[in-house]
Amino acid sequence: MKFTEDHEWLKAEGDLVIVGITEHASEQLGDVVFVELPDVGDEVSKGDEICVIESVKAASDILAPLDGEIVAINEDLADNPGLVNEDPLGKAWFFKMKLADQSALEGFMDEAAYKDFIG
Amino acid sequence: MSDLKRTPLYDLHVELGAKMVPFAGYDMPVQYPLGVMKEHLHTRARAGLFDVSHMGQVILPGADAARALEALVPVSLLGLKEGRQRYAMFTNDAGGILDDLMVANRGDHLFVVVNAACKEADLAHMRAHIDGVEEITDRALLALQGPAAEGVLEALVPGVGAMRFMDVGVFVWNGAELWISRSGYTGEDGYEISVPEGRAVDFARALLADEAVEPIGLGARDSLRLEAGLCLYGHDIDTATSPVEANLAWAIQKVRRAGGEREGGFPGADRILKELEDGPVRLRMGLRPEGRAPMREGVEIFASAEGGEPIGRVTSGGFGPSIEAPMAMAYLPADTEEGTTVYGELRGKRLPAQVVPMPFRPATYKR
Repeated sequence: MKFTEDHEWLKAEGDLVIVGITEHASEQLGDVVFVELPDVGDEVSKGDEICVIESVKAASDILAPLDGEIVAINEDLADNPGLVNEDPLGKAWFFKMKLADQSALEGFMDEAAYKDFIG
Repeated sequence: MSDLKRTPLYDLHVELGAKMVPFAGYDMPVQYPLGVMKEHLHTRARAGLFDVSHMGQVILPGADAARALEALVPVSLLGLKEGRQRYAMFTNDAGGILDDLMVANRGDHLFVVVNAACKEADLAHMRAHIDGVEEITDRALLALQGPAAEGVLEALVPGVGAMRFMDVGVFVWNGAELWISRSGYTGEDGYEISVPEGRAVDFARALLADEAVEPIGLGARDSLRLEAGLCLYGHDIDTATSPVEANLAWAIQKVRRAGGEREGGFPGADRILKELEDGPVRLRMGLRPEGRAPMREGVEIFASAEGGEPIGRVTSGGFGPSIEAPMAMAYLPADTEEGTTVYGELRGKRLPAQVVPMPFRPATYKR
């Protein structure tokens, strides 16, 4: 699993990558009440705001970690946004994307580096 | 951050694991380890303990205090019986709201509670018009709210169970004098309790020792009051909103209205009495956005899904844990009917919301 500075985790699955937010991010957000996901088939560029997470405190964005195409979204989050707090690294994945360049994944932090990053 | 003030319960908040944030010049708990959502739901199911010691506690002494204070608020205070409390608001000459407050008649004086952020201005305002204004700085203020509040407090302070909504009284707990009102800011039954600062921690611990009670932070306090349709000063009401526009006309008794025995005689009376007669141009209303996306403060409201100018703006909005849906307050044209669909612009998209009556969740006061 790899981690971004925007507190997303990225996990390779075949030629796809699964994206979610870290435990640290979910704790900072507080109770999540609404998640807006991109559409399957969307072509996204690194840095695009493609998801919105609303918690009891505030709204925040998830940025596309890399260029690619959205190939699946987690429909469970629409009915049960609380999953983001309960199981951020598992059941609360946000979307799967096909990267324009799968090797780009290697540029992100590993778990140890991410732990250092969040202090 | 070192200039932030602390309430007498600061150390207890830290010990309980609170996340502290600056609020109105104080270092206050925004949430405890339970988290905003569970704190909210716990308050509705059992009882929540809130530290509201940052609010201003003020005594207006003497038999003339009610008459003097009536010159600053559009509310009947001469008509407020001993042992009772009433909601009021300071108005300015333009008919806007300077602050909202609670006023209790305690026999030989009035006891007033004002918002933390407005405390200094309110004191100066009162001192300019009323003799002997005394700020109480040696007492903490706690709120115990929720269906279990009566049982919990009665066990410690016998007699409080007999109080009705908006009753006030003086009680003694282990030698400490408590000033108690049956009121709050959550839509729940409950109490607000002024306690000598030196006894505040002991008293809070005695309440928290009951398994029904959890400490509740400012985060849940906000979602609770919003579900209850209650205004937050500086957001839903301010100097640009009149009490009538704010849908607070219920707080203005007949005796202060046109034709009443003590008609007018408060700042901004011209505008406020006229709005009571003719109706205001805009009115604070409730919104229930469709779906789950909250419409927060600042979201602009439109009459149609495309085009046109905004007809209003959200002043408070968020997700209601008890109603399990987003909710918001907005100022809309006063002739907007309940059930109308309006549109809030969120991230460039206009999303529908229904105009609904408030509160979003019915209050459970013991009247």
